[in-house]
Amino acid sequence: MTDGAKTAEIHTREVEPFGAAPKPATNLRWLLFLVPLLLLIALGALLASNLGKDPKIVPSPLIGKPAPNFSTFDLLSGAVVSSETLRGQAFVLNVWASWCAVCQLEHPVFNAYKQTPGALPVIGLNYKDAPDDAKRWLAQLGNPYQQIAVDASGKIGLDLGVYGAPETYFIDRNGIIRFKQIGEMTAQILAEQTALIGGAQ
Amino acid sequence: MMFRSCITAIALVFICTSALISPAHAIDPLPFTDLKQEQRFQAVTAELRCLQCQNQNLADSDAGLAKDMRQQIFEMMQKGDSDQQIKQYMIDRYGDFVIYSPPFNWQNSLLWLLPLFAAVGGITFVSLHFRSARQLAAAHSKTGENPRSNTEPGARAPQVDAGDNW
Repeated sequence: MTDGAKTAEIHTREVEPFGAAPKPATNLRWLLFLVPLLLLIALGALLASNLGKDPKIVPSPLIGKPAPNFSTFDLLSGAVVSSETLRGQAFVLNVWASWCAVCQLEHPVFNAYKQTPGALPVIGLNYKDAPDDAKRWLAQLGNPYQQIAVDASGKIGLDLGVYGAPETYFIDRNGIIRFKQIGEMTAQILAEQTALIGGAQ
Repeated sequence: MMFRSCITAIALVFICTSALISPAHAIDPLPFTDLKQEQRFQAVTAELRCLQCQNQNLADSDAGLAKDMRQQIFEMMQKGDSDQQIKQYMIDRYGDFVIYSPPFNWQNSLLWLLPLFAAVGGITFVSLHFRSARQLAAAHSKTGENPRSNTEPGARAPQVDAGDNW
């Protein structure tokens, strides 16, 4: 390809004296380099900024919207748990199941949270689980939940946009979903979101 | 000869059994009212994504969530909801990601517009490139001079050298 380089050299030498016509082309050359280069840098920056993100996490469109209505019963007491009985208080809704390994990992965080002053009530949503397994799980690992809504069929989960466990929703006293954590909950996120939502009254 | 027919026989067995097994659709015994509803169901589930496996549609996925979503779609169809209502129900809960053809909105604008920009940019680039080449060629022909002639006498056809001019 030395041929190409040679030709280019000859061209600039020979063409310059002809003046007007080739001049704009020479100026545009810089633009032809610069514009694609800038676009490439912009695209690179965009892609790089998303590198650390988990592609499996799908942002919920329900943030800022009212939590869907549901009515079911409590896993332990059998009493009614519904969007109606929960209205008027801010709470944390933790979607869990005994078959879910990450739920077991995050469970101590909720146990500790329950003891924290100003902690919101944590409502469990026992998602697509067998009641006996769920009860055994709680007996072994402790029960941080004020109430546990049973969703054996996954219908409540579907309405909430749950696509796996664990998922955790922060719902304010007007029944609006404020935040959704997909995957493992941390003490830090719990503290931050509790402060944002105003804590227990 | 014996060996070849043996191979053929084995291959035939494989082909036949794979044809029996291969249809990848996850089959739920859903009591459709008629064939038309079943076809509608297949069409809608093919356009929705399984959020658990993410690169499979609802029709093909065997994940628990996909099964629940299919059940929900089936029930909505029995209730008389339209395809659009069903898709909207899923979008409201799972976002645009749940459908395979994302709608045009500001969040998806880059997705839709980038190919257009790339095409327009590419055409502009190439046309500018060729124009400057033509201008150079015109400038040379005006003087009747050949840019290569003094270095490579008669090596190649001298007029068109757009390929390496920049």
